Amino acid sequence: MTRQLRYFEALREAQAQILASDPRSYLIGLGAPGPTGIFGTTAGLQQRFGAERVLDMPASENGMTGVALGTALMGRRPIVIHIRVDFAVLAMEPLVNQVAKWHYMYGGKMTAPLTVRMIIGRGWGQGPQHSQSLQAWFAHVPGLKVVMPTTAHDAKGMLIAAVEDDAPVILFEHRWLYNVSGPVPEEMYRVPLDQAATRRRGRDVTLAGTSYMTLECLRAADLLARIGIDADVIDLRTLTPIDVPALTESVGRTGHLVVADTGHVQFGAGAEVCAAVAERAFAALKAPPRRIGLPHVPAPTTPALADLYYPRAREIARAALDSLGSAAALPPEPDDPRRWKDVPDPSFNGPY
Amino acid sequence: MVEETIARLYAEQEMRCPTHLCIGQEAIPVGVSAHLTATDLVFSGHRSHGHYLAKGGDLRAMVAELYGRETGCARGKGGSQHLVDLACGFMGSAPILASTVSVGVGAAWGARMAGEDRVVVVYFGDAATEEGAFHEAMNFAAVRRLPVVFVCENNLYSVHSPLAIRQPPRPISALGGAHGVAAACGDGNDVEAVHALASGAVARARRGDGPTLLEFATYRLMEHCGPNGDLELGYRSAEEIAAWQARDPVAVYRNRLAADGALDAAAQERAAAETAREIDDAVAFAKASPFPAPDQLARFVYPETGR
Ligand SMILES: Cc1ncc(C[n+]2csc(CCOP(=O)(O)OP(=O)(O)O)c2C)c(N)n1
Ligand SMILES: [Mg+2]
Repeated sequence: MTRQLRYFEALREAQAQILASDPRSYLIGLGAPGPTGIFGTTAGLQQRFGAERVLDMPASENGMTGVALGTALMGRRPIVIHIRVDFAVLAMEPLVNQVAKWHYMYGGKMTAPLTVRMIIGRGWGQGPQHSQSLQAWFAHVPGLKVVMPTTAHDAKGMLIAAVEDDAPVILFEHRWLYNVSGPVPEEMYRVPLDQAATRRRGRDVTLAGTSYMTLECLRAADLLARIGIDADVIDLRTLTPIDVPALTESVGRTGHLVVADTGHVQFGAGAEVCAAVAERAFAALKAPPRRIGLPHVPAPTTPALADLYYPRAREIARAALDSLGSAAALPPEPDDPRRWKDVPDPSFNGPY
Repeated sequence: MVEETIARLYAEQEMRCPTHLCIGQEAIPVGVSAHLTATDLVFSGHRSHGHYLAKGGDLRAMVAELYGRETGCARGKGGSQHLVDLACGFMGSAPILASTVSVGVGAAWGARMAGEDRVVVVYFGDAATEEGAFHEAMNFAAVRRLPVVFVCENNLYSVHSPLAIRQPPRPISALGGAHGVAAACGDGNDVEAVHALASGAVARARRGDGPTLLEFATYRLMEHCGPNGDLELGYRSAEEIAAWQARDPVAVYRNRLAADGALDAAAQERAAAETAREIDDAVAFAKASPFPAPDQLARFVYPETGR
């Protein structure tokens, strides 16, 4: 059996292998060399690779993104880390205006091969400024590649592929995935930055998820299976581009689509997926596609409201039933001793 | 004592939000707020409990906010990082570094537009001065000679990262001169020293002589975020922590008052007991308060007051 690693360990191993194999690469972020090492993903790397390869930085997200771009123009391969996407918002100008367009606006004469790791999440009182899922903002900008690995395997393979890619790549990591384990080969390998993955084969309905929501889709598929409904589960993995052929192939078989994204529904990744499928496979759809995601509301801090705010497997399964026009009842919710569902369910920890 | 109580009760897992305690840094807001009136305004960042309370923020509403209750100062929507109490002029805290610095400058400008005499105090940490927004805000405050006091609590660290790897060896207060803003630095663990420096800065703002940057040297005794110490992380030494512990601003001042004969043991006990009662009351109030009802989730995304 392949070795099992947790998601954060897979990211750390990817970075260690990148730093070891590519002398142009370096890693920079607030607290990257620190004792807690960005949720463990950078722990020990400065000790191994030195202070010039694994760096802390001033709290200057905006300026330091431009600095990283400058080094990339001079041949470096930076990995810039934002412990929360909410802080990366301060770097929007250089990312959107400069990094994304540098290759294009100078007629292809230079490339801007940055990799930017941005962490998204949910729950435990992180509230309005510490738990957003802003991937759609970045996916809207031509020139940036936006990827969202769900499994430990893909976290490693996509991070390596991102650093080797000549385009700037933004890799979104969900905090609730960090402890999820899965098979991760020891060698350096690449996972393509333009392909979805089928996580479960089924006939009746397509459930497509981004990042952590893919796990909720798998849970939803389990719920549906118990009432005789067979779901196809697609892990989107990348937003720019969206793997439309994988989606239309699945919807061609099932005729039903539910998309679950970690971000806001309005103007979100799910909207783009639904539109792309409707444009290319309208005839295959037997019902309007459904979107699951966050309401058009900032994240509340109190668990009493956060528990209502974040969708889970049941909402996905209900949307599937709705699409199928099924009046079937979902199996009852198992007893959950937790008062609040604002921390990851330990039974989610894999392997995936 | 409030922070110690929060730290103790945090383990019950009923306060479910990131909480940055200010133990070790209490003297700064106390010394600054002593010069402020009820109509003066305060803005802050993630470590704001002391700023809120020193300005007169309601303790019950703060504790209830940490408990995520409907009676919290932000109705549970914000948690520890988003305190507010308009009745006393605490305009808001927000954890995005340096973000409220410019908002405070704008409030000072807005007050002037409205013909109001208000001084605005903005609190932030050493790391916030690395953000561009901080410099942009200082520049504008200086250009418009706005009545702002910028208070930097320099506790030597940004989370676990020491100042020396983030900034060159010059005092943060030197940034004032670069922006044409009056500046001074002082001992943030000595409430009288804080009081003295803040006195000049607030008076200057009130006179219409423009903004001041005050840098106070201080130290966070607890972990960056949460109820515990963090010696085991190894980013700061036991000697360093002990040296600052010995200069704990509350203990230092209590001892000084006692030595001066201004505070006898009985008075100390009375004050401690009264404070403890207030805290117990606030915790009981918070725990007895209801959680926001489900229909509160989508409220206040947009104003309900019409267009
Ligand atoms: C723009 C932004 N970047 C990063 C963070 C993460 N962060 C939260 S608190 C903190 C340290 C801030 O240090 P300092 O300003 O010195 O305040 P202290 O915590 O020491 O009181 C950091 C980096 C943030 N909140 N906002
Ligand atoms: Mg600090």
